[in-house]
Amino acid sequence: MNTATDVADHHEHEHGAPSGIMRWLTSTNHKDIGTLYLWFSLFMFFFAGALAMLIRAELFQPGLQLFQPGVFNQLTTMHGLIMIFGAIMPSLVGFANWQIPLMIGASDMAFPRLNNWSFWLLPAAGVLLIATFFVPGGALAGGWTMYPPLFMQGGIAYDMSILAVHILGISSIMGAINIITTILNMRAPGMTMMKMPLFVWTWLITAFLLVAVMPVLACAITMLLTDRNFGTHFFDAAAGGDAVMFQHIFWFFGHPEVYIMILPAFGIVSTIIPAFARKPLFGYVSMVYAVASIAFLSFIVWAHHMFTTGMPVGGQLFFMYTTMLIAIPTGVKVFNWVATLWRGSITFETPMLFAIAFVFLFAIGGFSGMVLALVPVDIQLQDTYYVVAHFHYVLFSGSAMAIMGGVYYWLPKWTGHMYDERLGKVHFWLTAVAFNITFFPMHFLGLAGMPRRIPDYALQFAEFNMISSLGGFLLGASQLLFLYIVIKCARGGLPAGNRPWDGADTLEWTQTSPPPYHSFVTPPLVK
Amino acid sequence: MTAASVDNPAPVRSHRRLLVKLLAVIALSFAFGFALVPLYDALCLVTGLNGKTVGVAAIGVGGLSKPVAAPPSRIDRSRIVSVEFTGTVMPGLPWDMKPLTSRLDLHPGELHQAMFRVSNRSDQTIVGQAIPSVTPGLAAQHFEKLDCFCFAQQTLAPGETKDLPLTFIVKPEIDEDIRTITLAYAFFNTVDAKSTAKKLVTR
Ligand code: HEM
Ligand SMILES: [Cu+2]
Repeated sequence: MNTATDVADHHEHEHGAPSGIMRWLTSTNHKDIGTLYLWFSLFMFFFAGALAMLIRAELFQPGLQLFQPGVFNQLTTMHGLIMIFGAIMPSLVGFANWQIPLMIGASDMAFPRLNNWSFWLLPAAGVLLIATFFVPGGALAGGWTMYPPLFMQGGIAYDMSILAVHILGISSIMGAINIITTILNMRAPGMTMMKMPLFVWTWLITAFLLVAVMPVLACAITMLLTDRNFGTHFFDAAAGGDAVMFQHIFWFFGHPEVYIMILPAFGIVSTIIPAFARKPLFGYVSMVYAVASIAFLSFIVWAHHMFTTGMPVGGQLFFMYTTMLIAIPTGVKVFNWVATLWRGSITFETPMLFAIAFVFLFAIGGFSGMVLALVPVDIQLQDTYYVVAHFHYVLFSGSAMAIMGGVYYWLPKWTGHMYDERLGKVHFWLTAVAFNITFFPMHFLGLAGMPRRIPDYALQFAEFNMISSLGGFLLGASQLLFLYIVIKCARGGLPAGNRPWDGADTLEWTQTSPPPYHSFVTPPLVK
Repeated sequence: MTAASVDNPAPVRSHRRLLVKLLAVIALSFAFGFALVPLYDALCLVTGLNGKTVGVAAIGVGGLSKPVAAPPSRIDRSRIVSVEFTGTVMPGLPWDMKPLTSRLDLHPGELHQAMFRVSNRSDQTIVGQAIPSVTPGLAAQHFEKLDCFCFAQQTLAPGETKDLPLTFIVKPEIDEDIRTITLAYAFFNTVDAKSTAKKLVTR
């Protein structure tokens, strides 16, 4: 993106961006780093997406066609791990870097050099993860959740992946420190907490979740590492350890982690919907409290992933009720989005299409979550394709589609050019339709009993799997269009002007598009 | 929301103080992650959550000695509990194991015996240790093993096959809701986990 070169030419400020590769390697500028995060996550999105294409190719027909089961397991495991830690999380941090300073009227992030580090750790971890495919024994194959005792039996790739996840965790924690400090300390005069745009609020709360649970993940995988290599027995039953304890520690991190991936997406959607409904967000205060209570509740529901581990009935009931409780604040949010649309003068540009699809499809994912929260039902559905359907509705049509909507919404600001609206709409419809073709049948497969993470299946599942695979290929291909649109927009297009969306009222739209390399050098006064 | 540029700079708040606080939170959650290990053990000890049976689950807390198992006072003939047995051999141990008794229907309080057959497929003498686990976990505290091959290590000569007994009582205090109990054994190679198997035996 040629954001900075323009500014450098104009010499509007003391200094612009250095040129060449050093600009990116040494950058401490929140916009550069945001851009790096976004490109990195887009690359990882395509890598993990390619793994998904291979998974769907194998599942196109019953029988073993392309891969041996061991390789298939590597594909599912690495698809999940990379999508979560390499694609969704970094892209949301990319949004945070670009948008938070612009939205609160700060000149940059609080710790610019720390920021540079948080980004440049990522490629190292990415290379390690990808490299595991080429080491003896192959990549991780026991599922992204890394359960022992299976995890104990893998080769060198397992230790490499622990290292990679450690690095990713450190990067997230540093990013979270930066985000919290920026938001709490660097708001423009007059920007009180309750005047902050909702995107900023969601990221503030997400950053606190990161600070609270990433260290717990670090503990869990450190224990795996020492069990594997240094003779400890945390999870080794032969030595008085307990493999189920890993699940408790992992999911104590894992459930807040799923909210880490969805809360900023809530923030993006809560920004887009009012802009295109041309109405202020309905129930701003209740939105803030809803996000905070979701974050709080996310700490006390973890064992809904473990209903089948032989938990006592009391425990099952407790986790069932707390899980169902989460539906209340989530319902508040969905209600407020719909109420924002109510009687708005709505237009349907690409970002809005993604946002509306988000509300609708995320709600479906929330409902299947409620179904899974019912203990007797979950005992049937645990580890079936129903769970796969559930988390793709919340993660793909939830997080990923909100991210795409956010990209379309802010691309004009970031690049100074309008993206191709016609192609954007084509991309939206292809994605929304293909997504449903791919994942809706998985509900039926799961209800009929097809287990997840298997390369071959019984004949009665053949039709739905074929439909699902065809949808999957279309979904994958459609994302190439997304890549094309983004590149095209970065390279040129109609000038966007300061405020291409007439309903948008946050601070970034008071800046030029693209914003100067150093924006808000003197803070704005917010009334 | 409207904005206008003004010259007065934003009030300077201390980044450093916030940073220190955040680092403290991070250190705390890291410590908490490891603290979950003893916490979990203590919780399981009290509640029998993780399905470890009396010999293990009821070792005294804080150095107190193991409570003496009271002899079953009565046999509850009003109901029947099924006990299912399974056995697995963990990787690294070239043995086979199968329960000769796969299922028993009994009245709580009755004394019963179940047999397991293990055979050594290799041409070496190997010492193995069985680790039991009871599902549902809450049944564990009422599953009393009077004598069990898992109380000691088992040595099998090359090609040898042995039938190993387990004598047990399901105590009448067991919850009425529990109608089926699964007792699963996992056999481990003691060379892989020498120190610990010993520890378990002394329990
Ligand atoms: C109303 C809200 C939600 C409820 C009630 C809910 C409930 C559940 C339950 C009970 C499971 C366990 C299913 C099983 O393994 O048997 C589950 C799995 C999962 N959920 Fe949700 N969920 C909700 C929202 C979300 C959100 C927002 C996300 C992510 C953005 C998410 C991501 C996941 C993932 C990734 C798994 C599968 C983990 C795995 O086993 O690999 N869920 N959910
Ligand atoms: Cu969860």
